Amino acid sequence: MATTLTINGEPKSFGAPPDMPLLWVLRDILGMTGTKFGCGIAQCGACTVHIDGKPVRSCVLPVGAVRDRNVTTIEGVGASAAGAKVQKAWLDLEVIQCGYCQSGQIMSAAALLASTPNPDDSDIDAAMAGNICRCGTYVRIREAIKQAATGRQS
Amino acid sequence: MNSIEKISPLKISDGVSRRTLLSGGLAGGFLLAFHLPVRAAINEPVQPPDVTDGKFAPNAFIRIDAEGVTTLVMPQVEMGQGIYTAISMILTEELDADWSKVTLQHAPANEQLYGNPIFVIQATGGSTSVRAFWKPLREAGASARAMLVQAAAAQWQVDPASCTTSKGEVAHKESGRTLPYGALAQAASSLTPPKDIQLKDPKDFVYIGQPLKRLDTPDKVNGKAIYGIDAMLPDMKFATLAQSPVFGGKVGKVDDSAAKKIPGVQKIVVLDDLVAVVGDHMWAAKKGLDALKIEWNEGPNAKINSKAVWDDLRAASEKDGVVAKSTGDIAKGLASGEKFEASFELPFLAHATMEPLNATVHCKSDSCEIWTGTQIMARVQSEAAKAAGLPVEKVIVNNHLLGGGFGRKLEPDMVVAAVRIARQVDGPVKVVWTREEDIQHDIYRPVYRDTIAASLSGGKIVGWKYKISGAAILARWLPPAFEKGIDIDAVDSAVDVPYDIPNFHVEYVRAEPPAIPTGFWRGVGANNNVFAVECFMDELARKAGKDPVEFRRGMLANRPRFLSVLNLAAEKANWGQPLPARVGRGVCLQPSFGSFIATVVEAEVDEQGEIKLRRVTSVVDTGIAVNPDTIMAQVEGGLIFGLTAALYGEVTIDKGRVQQSNFHDYRMLRIDQAPKIEVHVVKSGEAPGGIGETGTTAGPPALRNAIYAVTGVPLRRLPIDRSLLAAGKKA
Repeated sequence: MATTLTINGEPKSFGAPPDMPLLWVLRDILGMTGTKFGCGIAQCGACTVHIDGKPVRSCVLPVGAVRDRNVTTIEGVGASAAGAKVQKAWLDLEVIQCGYCQSGQIMSAAALLASTPNPDDSDIDAAMAGNICRCGTYVRIREAIKQAATGRQS
Repeated sequence: MNSIEKISPLKISDGVSRRTLLSGGLAGGFLLAFHLPVRAAINEPVQPPDVTDGKFAPNAFIRIDAEGVTTLVMPQVEMGQGIYTAISMILTEELDADWSKVTLQHAPANEQLYGNPIFVIQATGGSTSVRAFWKPLREAGASARAMLVQAAAAQWQVDPASCTTSKGEVAHKESGRTLPYGALAQAASSLTPPKDIQLKDPKDFVYIGQPLKRLDTPDKVNGKAIYGIDAMLPDMKFATLAQSPVFGGKVGKVDDSAAKKIPGVQKIVVLDDLVAVVGDHMWAAKKGLDALKIEWNEGPNAKINSKAVWDDLRAASEKDGVVAKSTGDIAKGLASGEKFEASFELPFLAHATMEPLNATVHCKSDSCEIWTGTQIMARVQSEAAKAAGLPVEKVIVNNHLLGGGFGRKLEPDMVVAAVRIARQVDGPVKVVWTREEDIQHDIYRPVYRDTIAASLSGGKIVGWKYKISGAAILARWLPPAFEKGIDIDAVDSAVDVPYDIPNFHVEYVRAEPPAIPTGFWRGVGANNNVFAVECFMDELARKAGKDPVEFRRGMLANRPRFLSVLNLAAEKANWGQPLPARVGRGVCLQPSFGSFIATVVEAEVDEQGEIKLRRVTSVVDTGIAVNPDTIMAQVEGGLIFGLTAALYGEVTIDKGRVQQSNFHDYRMLRIDQAPKIEVHVVKSGEAPGGIGETGTTAGPPALRNAIYAVTGVPLRRLPIDRSLLAAGKKA
């Protein structure tokens, strides 16, 4: 049964069982490997994508539940103003170490900035606490979100 | 534009393997540190480059083509520590290449060309990369530069000494002529490398010491970076596996009738010790695995539990150990003051790299190709060859960026399992472990128990007897390094404490836990020893009636680098200045990995015993700082890694099984719990030290000492037991 989803603004058709998590559709069927598998139980945030701009853990989101809503992944988030600002701040402040969790971190941060343009520390805590970084880049993530929000240059 | 080639096109069979290293390159003095035999291959003399297509390839690390594209081959793997950038900076510095035009390649499996001089095998770990490769990479760059200069000078018929180099060009100032390296590549490739290599004076460094932007990060913000788990091949299948929940157990009966009915399931692979389901995608494989009914023959290890492990270790720690170091007269030292004793215990830990274990394998009848991210390229190749039943040269390993390593990928087991599965599958198969499998089939940081007896006289330590009991990882992982019963990793940072102590004695008891596999974990042996030593220092300071920083200073008169970082850390952390109620500061000073680091943690312990990390200050003297920003980042991240373990990290065993399984019960520190962190990098002209693991070893003792300052409770086990810290509890 063919399913069509709008991913990063483009229609994508594929065959997949409706209970299959969006994560595995993206990675294993569509070959969009920027979205990462970390835990499979929505505990780490590595798989975060946007559904109509809201951050969602794609490892537990059945693809059948997406329907006609827009999916944005790390490959497409740079097209939004918030996504581009976050990506730039991430590089300006050299946030990234191994980088494996950072697709999810950037997706969560971009969603935060889109809904809360000037987040304070508690906003950042609330939006980002679902994203684990094993390399421990939290200090720079916080700083980069603030920089992306203000447009301040490092 | 810098780039990292996605999958290394360098294969074991290409020209790289026929060239050898610069004379004296990898056979540097570092080997002496581990007293390992230097293999003849590494001492082979320079052979002339054998590339005839105009590409200049003077050594294993540098390729320059006619267009001037400069490709640097990375002998160490990138797992987040920034080493690709540091290696490139060192090579580029001495080569005088154009930084903006450098392209990187993952090295192929080749121990002879890319072996780590400290380990003598092709391994990335132990915070050794810059220490080990500093000299050979500088020499590789400088030698190549000299050859390019020689080629230009010959063309211009001038004295090479009258030529200069900068940003990928040779210039002859007198005549105003310049030639780009690309135009000289062909001519240089026919020259013999110089015997005397002139290295730059560090004062002339252009790149080294600058906080240059990392070369690997631009592709990590947009999903383009390719990790091992991202390998995609035509007609690839996907698999996931289950190993015996009890260590060492075997597969009994497998009922696959339900699994076979799941759409997308292609094949069930049953081996003696694991079962894998192969499908069209991970979801089919995972559903198929969940639908299998597997009976395991659990074997004798099903009786093992944490209590038995600790009973064994505590009993072993009562024995005399092998003496690792002894100076002065320990019996006299301990008798000559007031004596105190304590023991410290650390738990099993899992690595939990964010990228779950994986390997993609394509086995054919006469060859095997592997796509993965590993810290041990050549060992993966040889172990895969054994598993595939092939000669080693028939196995190609394509390395990738690693989504975290932390020592887990110093083991080849995930690749070996994938090869064994792939032998049963037509075409390529990507084997991905679930997080549960990753946590429950780790190769764990061992449990340790350290016992200390120390005596105080005149406010100083006059006798120090320290005994480490725990697994000898090196005895398994690098047998030549395990000599006379001493695991030199297990005693690291114990035999070389920062302090002057007149009567000093360290012993090691090898105590292997039953059945539970143990391996390196970020911070390695130093993790254990820095914790015990620095915690006990604070207890002794209190017995001596001294401030912990002042107490340490009293034993550092002859240790200027330690004293300097300690003083600066105290200053930057506002040591001694007033704090709110139930907030304290704790200090840690450590010698680990060839760096000198002092750390102060400021933490609050609330009435219920819950801990809030407020602020961490680290001062680092790591010698010449190749990239100061990377060093700061490594210490920041390392601190979080260590603090995570101190607050939460423990793998426990019941009925032969690991009880934790995923991030809900093997917890990680998250951003809302992370402290402010300041790292200060001291300017130094000394040889570079290691940095990747230093924060990890510093965090736990400094936090524990902050808790001790607040509560007076001398915690002697990790993870921290909050129930001991609630208000009203007495030490």
